[in-house]
Amino acid sequence: MTIDLSAVPEGGIGWLSGGGEHADIVLSTRVRLARNLDGIAFTGRAREGERLRVLQMLRDAVPHLPSLRGGVLLRLEDLDVSDRRLLHERHLVSRELAGLDGGATKGGAAVLVGHGHGIMVNEEDHLRLQTVRGGLATRAAIDALLTVDRELGSRLPYAYHEEFGFLTACPTNTGTGLRASVLIHLPGLVLTKEIGKVLSGLQAMGLTYRGLYGEGSEVIGNFFQISNQTTLGRSEDELVEHLQRVVSHVIKREHDARRVMWREAGYIIEDKLWRAYGTLRFARSLTFEEAMNYLSGVRLAVGLQLINGLSVETLNRLLIFSQPAHLGYAEGRVLGEEEANVARARYVREALGAETDQAKH
Amino acid sequence: MLCDACREADASVHLTKVVEGDVTLVHLCAACAAERGIEATVSTTPKNVLGEFLHAAQQQVASEKGSGDDTTCTFCRLTLREFRAVGRLGCGHCYATFEPSLRQLLRRVHGNSQHVGRKYLPPATEILVRATTVGELRDRLRQAIVNEEFELAATLRDRLKETE
Repeated sequence: MTIDLSAVPEGGIGWLSGGGEHADIVLSTRVRLARNLDGIAFTGRAREGERLRVLQMLRDAVPHLPSLRGGVLLRLEDLDVSDRRLLHERHLVSRELAGLDGGATKGGAAVLVGHGHGIMVNEEDHLRLQTVRGGLATRAAIDALLTVDRELGSRLPYAYHEEFGFLTACPTNTGTGLRASVLIHLPGLVLTKEIGKVLSGLQAMGLTYRGLYGEGSEVIGNFFQISNQTTLGRSEDELVEHLQRVVSHVIKREHDARRVMWREAGYIIEDKLWRAYGTLRFARSLTFEEAMNYLSGVRLAVGLQLINGLSVETLNRLLIFSQPAHLGYAEGRVLGEEEANVARARYVREALGAETDQAKH
Repeated sequence: MLCDACREADASVHLTKVVEGDVTLVHLCAACAAERGIEATVSTTPKNVLGEFLHAAQQQVASEKGSGDDTTCTFCRLTLREFRAVGRLGCGHCYATFEPSLRQLLRRVHGNSQHVGRKYLPPATEILVRATTVGELRDRLRQAIVNEEFELAATLRDRLKETE
C-alpha cells in the first residue's frame, strides 16, 4: 500500500507552520504520555494476539473521543518501508515501531494521527500519546494531551498503581509517563563554544538532550532536543514548567551568544552565512548532512535579520522535506543516494528561490 | 570510526562544529571528549544510566537477601533475573511482584517512588470491554494447564472469577 498523506490531518505536521513563541529558535514542543492497558502483557512480552487486541481496543474507543475526531489510523505492516520511513521523518513513529532498525514490523504496530495529536500503538508501551506544537508551547501541549488522555482513560483501563502511578515497560517512564521535549536550534552557543557548559548545566537540572531523531541520534545542524529526565515524584505541571523555565533561560543564553558573535566577528559571520545561503541556492548536489548544516546557517542568518523574506515555515519545511523518504515521495519512487542528493539540491534551490523571488515583488 | 584526536580508540562522540560559519564534523572517543570538557553525549543518556542503576540495585539486593532472582511474575512469567538483564518489565503485575526491588530502583532513578501526578480512576465497568480481559485470562489459563503450571493456573482461575 502506498500512503495517502492527503488523508492524514495536516499531514501530521501542522506544527511546521511556524507559529508559537520563539519559533525562530524553538522548532517544536512535543509531549508524550506512555500508557499500558491493564490485564495485557506489555508489548515486548505480548503475543501477536494480545497486540492485536490492544489495537482493536483502541479502535473501538476512538469514535467516542472528541479530541481524536478525524484521526486516521495507519497499520504499519500494511505500509512498505519507504512509507514507514516517511512517517518516521515526520516524527510520527519511532524507528523501532516502523521496523527501520533491521527488525520487521510487529503485528499490531500502528499509528493514529489526529489534529495535533498522535498515538503510537504497540511501541515499547501499548500506547504512546503525543502532541506537537510549533515554537515553545509546553503549557498548551500538555493541556491538550491531558484532555486526550482523560478521554481515552475513561474508555480503556490503564495499568496504574497507587504508589508508582502509570505503569510502563521501562522504569525510567513510570509515574506520569510524561516526556516533554523541545527541539531547539543553538548555533550561537555552539559557535561561541558555550554549548558544553549549557548541556552539562541541563543535566545538573534533571534534564537531558538528544539529537534530531531522539534517543541515540547524532546532533546534526545544531538542533538539540531537550527533555525531562525523570517522570516520577513530580506532577505533570511541575515537569513542564521546569522544562519551560530552563529552556527560556537557554534561549536567552543563545541570544547573548549571537550578540557576542556579531559584535566580535560580524563581517566573518556575515560572509559565512551568505556563503551557506549561496550554496543552498545554487548547489546541484547536497548530502542530507550538508543541507542540514547550511540550513542551520541560513536559519541563523534569518534570526540575525541578515536575510529577509524567508519565513520560519519555509525553513521548517526544508528540514522535513529534504529528508530521503520525502524526496522519494515527491518523485514518486525510491531514490538512490546520488539521485537523492541531486533531488535535494533541486528541491532546496527551488524552495529558497520561490520565496526570495516572492519577497522581491 | 577512529577518534580524530588520538587516532587510537573508537569514536563515540560525534560533534558538529560551526566555527566562523565553517561546518566540520568531529569524531572523538570518550576519553578525548572528556579532556575537551564535552561531558555528555547523545548516546550516553537513559539506557546506560538505567544499566548502572540496575546493576547497583542488583548488587544491593543480592547482598541483602541472598538471591531473589527467581521471583517470577504470575501473570507474564517474567523473572527478576530476566528483568535485570533486559531492563524492561513484562506487564503491570510485575510491579506488584517485584515491588520491593522496584521501589528501590525507582527511588534511584527518579529520586522518589511516590507518584504525585494525575490520579487515575479506571473506567466504569459497564464501559469496559470486559470480554477481552476475560478472553485473555482464559487463554492463559488453558496454556498454563497444558504446560502443567498448576500454581499459575490457580492464580489465573482466581483472577478470572474476580473479573467475571
